[in-house]
Amino acid sequence: MSRYLLDKFLYTVDRDPDLVERYREDPAGTVAWWEAEMANTILNCTAAEKSTWLEFTEPERRALRQHDHVALFEMGAHPFLTLTLFIAMFERDHGPLEYQKAYGAAMAHISLPYPDIAT
Amino acid sequence: MADVAAVIASTHHPFYYRASTATGADRPPFADEWVAKIERFRETLTRAEPDVLVMVGSDHFHQLWLDNMPQFLVGKAPFFDANFYNEEREFGLPRMTLRGEEDLAAHLLRDGLDRDFDLAFSNELRIDHSITCPIITLRPQADLPIVPVYTNIFAPPLPQPRRFVALGKAIREMVESWESDKRVAIIGTGHLSLELGGPRQFGEHGPDPEFDRKAVEWIAGGDLEGCLAEVSLESLHSPGNATHGFMDFMLMMGVAGEGQKADHVDTLDLFHTMEAYFTWYPNGAPAGTEHST
Repeated sequence: MSRYLLDKFLYTVDRDPDLVERYREDPAGTVAWWEAEMANTILNCTAAEKSTWLEFTEPERRALRQHDHVALFEMGAHPFLTLTLFIAMFERDHGPLEYQKAYGAAMAHISLPYPDIAT
Repeated sequence: MADVAAVIASTHHPFYYRASTATGADRPPFADEWVAKIERFRETLTRAEPDVLVMVGSDHFHQLWLDNMPQFLVGKAPFFDANFYNEEREFGLPRMTLRGEEDLAAHLLRDGLDRDFDLAFSNELRIDHSITCPIITLRPQADLPIVPVYTNIFAPPLPQPRRFVALGKAIREMVESWESDKRVAIIGTGHLSLELGGPRQFGEHGPDPEFDRKAVEWIAGGDLEGCLAEVSLESLHSPGNATHGFMDFMLMMGVAGEGQKADHVDTLDLFHTMEAYFTWYPNGAPAGTEHST
């Protein structure tokens, strides 16, 4: 489990307009590129000063590739990050609040306690 | 010594800016009532004639990130730019630049550390909608210098609720011991029950109206004892997965003081969440104030 890395993916994509579009259009390619090039970047260090140990598990890769926000929630990805990014990608294809309501309804089977989001 | 001209606690709803400025078919049906309530709320700050604003809020993974996450942070800089690309994108929030009050920030940091609050600091802080929403609602001319205080209500492990209350009490005392003749308003924003990214999000009301009712009662009556007896890090999961933002209200109850009844209380039941607005005048209400609770 690498909740931190899931959150890092969501965070770094959500804050970059080009990456938001790229992830919307080509999720598998974006996830593969990001894991190879970005996963070990320390955001407040120079490019050469990288980490060496961060990688997704296969279920995490799959959830990101499939834009599966329910699986991401169940894995404990930070719900605010997931929601914000997914609204940015998919709200435009729906009527007012329609996407947000459907997003919640897709998780209707999940009850308290929710998965832990601590990193 | 500085005067605490007003203590203000509020929800921060990022949709207010768009709702209040929308016209014609784009204007939501609840906008007029919302604007009327906000204008009354704004008047409670205007009447206090503040010179400086201490602004308590919480970064939503904008500048502060999990590789280096402070629990409590004071911004000390001459200026604070504000709002981020994803807030423009989702909420239509404008870019802003606010002046900073560095002398008060330095005082809060020194005095806070000496009171055993290990405050982090930032000399280059871009602030987000937890601070700009109350600027937009309460002081839209954005003309006063600020001291931002960020709390972590977002990225567990979080500090305990009692620690938020203790920091609020300390902020009140520290502002009052600032060697200045300025009038300071202390403003903080948080949430009542709220769910984001979970099954209970974007309902007809907030996810837990019963929690909201109790929360408004605690805040309006300054019932810190009752609130602390019921609220824990664990209990806050139940009203909604983003309800830990209520701890910023608890911090503001600490600023206002145990048993202090708010001079202005108002709420608005919106879809998704309940809005709530509170103002205290620690040194007596300014002339022309009607008690509006």
